[in-house]
Amino acid sequence: MSILINRNTRVVTQGITGKTGMFHTQTSRAYANGKNCYVAGVNPKKAGENFEGIPIFATVKEAKEKTGVNTSVIYVPPPFAAAAIWEAVEADLDLVICITEGIPVRDMIEVRDRMRKQSRRSLLVGPNCPGVITPEEIKIGIMPGHIHKKGRVGVVSRSGTLTYEAVGQLSELGIGQSTAVGIGGDPVNGMKHIDVLKLFNDDPGTDAVIMIGEIGGSDEENAAQWVKANMKKPVVGFIAGVTAPPGKRMGHAGAIISGGKGTAQEKLAVMEACGIKVTRNPAEMGRLLKSVLK
Amino acid sequence: MKIHEYQGKELFRKFGVPTPHGIPCFSVDEAVEAAKRLGGSVWVVKAQIHAGGRGKGGGVKVAKSLADVKQLAGKILGMQLVTHQTGAGGQKVRRLLIEEGADIRKELYVGMVVDRGTQKVVLMASSEGGMDIEEVAAKTPEKIHKVFVDPVSGLTDADAQGIARKIGVPDGSVAETVALLQALYRCFWDSDASLAEVNPLIVTGNGRVIALDAKLNFDDNALFRHPDIVAMRDLDEEDPLEIEASKYDLNYISLDGAIGCMVNGAGLAMATMDTIKLFGGSPANFLDVGGGATTEKVTAAFKIMLSNRKVRAILVNIFGGIMKCDTIASGIVAAAREVHLSVPLVVRMKGTNEDLGRKILKDSGLPIISADNMADAAKKVVAALKKKKARPKPKTKAKPKKKKAVRGKKK
Repeated sequence: MSILINRNTRVVTQGITGKTGMFHTQTSRAYANGKNCYVAGVNPKKAGENFEGIPIFATVKEAKEKTGVNTSVIYVPPPFAAAAIWEAVEADLDLVICITEGIPVRDMIEVRDRMRKQSRRSLLVGPNCPGVITPEEIKIGIMPGHIHKKGRVGVVSRSGTLTYEAVGQLSELGIGQSTAVGIGGDPVNGMKHIDVLKLFNDDPGTDAVIMIGEIGGSDEENAAQWVKANMKKPVVGFIAGVTAPPGKRMGHAGAIISGGKGTAQEKLAVMEACGIKVTRNPAEMGRLLKSVLK
Repeated sequence: MKIHEYQGKELFRKFGVPTPHGIPCFSVDEAVEAAKRLGGSVWVVKAQIHAGGRGKGGGVKVAKSLADVKQLAGKILGMQLVTHQTGAGGQKVRRLLIEEGADIRKELYVGMVVDRGTQKVVLMASSEGGMDIEEVAAKTPEKIHKVFVDPVSGLTDADAQGIARKIGVPDGSVAETVALLQALYRCFWDSDASLAEVNPLIVTGNGRVIALDAKLNFDDNALFRHPDIVAMRDLDEEDPLEIEASKYDLNYISLDGAIGCMVNGAGLAMATMDTIKLFGGSPANFLDVGGGATTEKVTAAFKIMLSNRKVRAILVNIFGGIMKCDTIASGIVAAAREVHLSVPLVVRMKGTNEDLGRKILKDSGLPIISADNMADAAKKVVAALKKKKARPKPKTKAKPKKKKAVRGKKK
């Protein structure tokens, strides 16, 4: 079992004809069941053409009608990415995964507001994220597939390579993953730690979760409070940025300590108080998770 | 991106936020001339640097004569202004704002940021203007009032009025305050600001409401649609190494430690810094080389790290995913040769083709220390730093010439 995506997920790539979209569609398609999963692409100017056999449609709506896609992955450049998200949401897909980095915050505020006001059911992962992978079934995004291993540990993280680091450690210890979700490093995004933890909690295929956060905002604290009250499975965590100076944006648009809020120390303290085992040594993430498995 | 107070006020005026009359100046003569043009008998000489806390640091002074203006401008221009936001070295003052004096009856605070929880712009206001607002928030949080603004309707009359009354705006000035707050919100929204702060917002003796200060930061991701704002960028206010890094699409931030680190990915870069600290070292920088760590980028990254004189050892931590470790290893070797690397270099590489990558490092003949995992790398770099004094300078091989020709400079 898994969350969000599995071998039956059908994916449309928005921005399939761009350099990034082409490359990652190729590698994702080559992973596990990808051949059957990647069934459509979107580019209004190239409708009717195809990318290595994947038909290209003018709109997401049309792609859905013709191929039955339920999930979209977005590689559209930043100025147009929020509109691409909205197009996928309007087409009523189950899941929209936006990889694009560098979307203006204002655009994200607008699209998130519209999603809420119209009570749209589509889930959004990202933007500025590596994507989602259910090992040995389907990979949607830019993560290296081969470091993953099928199993029963959930991974949720705001970072890309730090997620790979955690996954790599788990796989080396022989611990597979049910699903790994990169929720992205932007300040205004879709699913947050808490939303992903809820899904892992309900997933019979997940036994424990590793939650990776970083400085900025209070998502990790909110998730920790929820874990304390509701989570039936062990959760371990790591927060990056203990040494990050306040007021500086550490690469990710959302990774900033502002007004003394959003420090790693604060997050670690709340997580510990909520019963989440944390490590301050990122080389120990895998072993820490192993220690809580029954 | 940040801008100066006088630039912020120019933008404020465009959106209809009232400000005092003022003129930016770059010399003492210009300052005196500006005061004459403004007229009146009281002026404020304000240092223009991007950091906050200028008043406390002695960068904002009241002048009661033109002679005062001349003397104060001479004193402030060129000074190293130290505030709680500049660090111990301070920031050199290169620009002044000469402003007419204001008749202050009441000092208030107004600020706007994006609230991540509600995913809306939040307007924060307080009766405690002129003070350090973080201190107000910590000591008397009840004195800070908030309104979350709906992105479609904008700041409503009712919400703006409510805020104006809560922060003690006199009845006769409420309408003017409402107009100001709405103009400020439009300024924030339309110019893709990430922060707007007016501290203090004042009510004058005759009931006028004026933004006496202007602090504006902008969302870097949205600058592509604001060439007018980009034109206000002042490179003198930015770290030269950070500017250099941005040319190569590297994410770099200077820190105080002795261990330079180069990592792919922002989260992993932070985690690497944390690990260095955990094992007793201190990071000299944050540096994310991004996904495409080409030889050119790695070389630029090495040069940037090494131009920080505090750097006495370097730790490279790469998780090769799409980017293969052997490609990165070749880049590291070429870069180390080109910059004649003379500080210990510890490399930890993980992921695709890691064995091949390690072999390339080993075969290079360079004194590169290989590490198995992040903790091992941190321990090794800290140890290398301690040993460094006893360490002879690595001989620079006489090979790089040929490589250089192959590599070429693409710009």
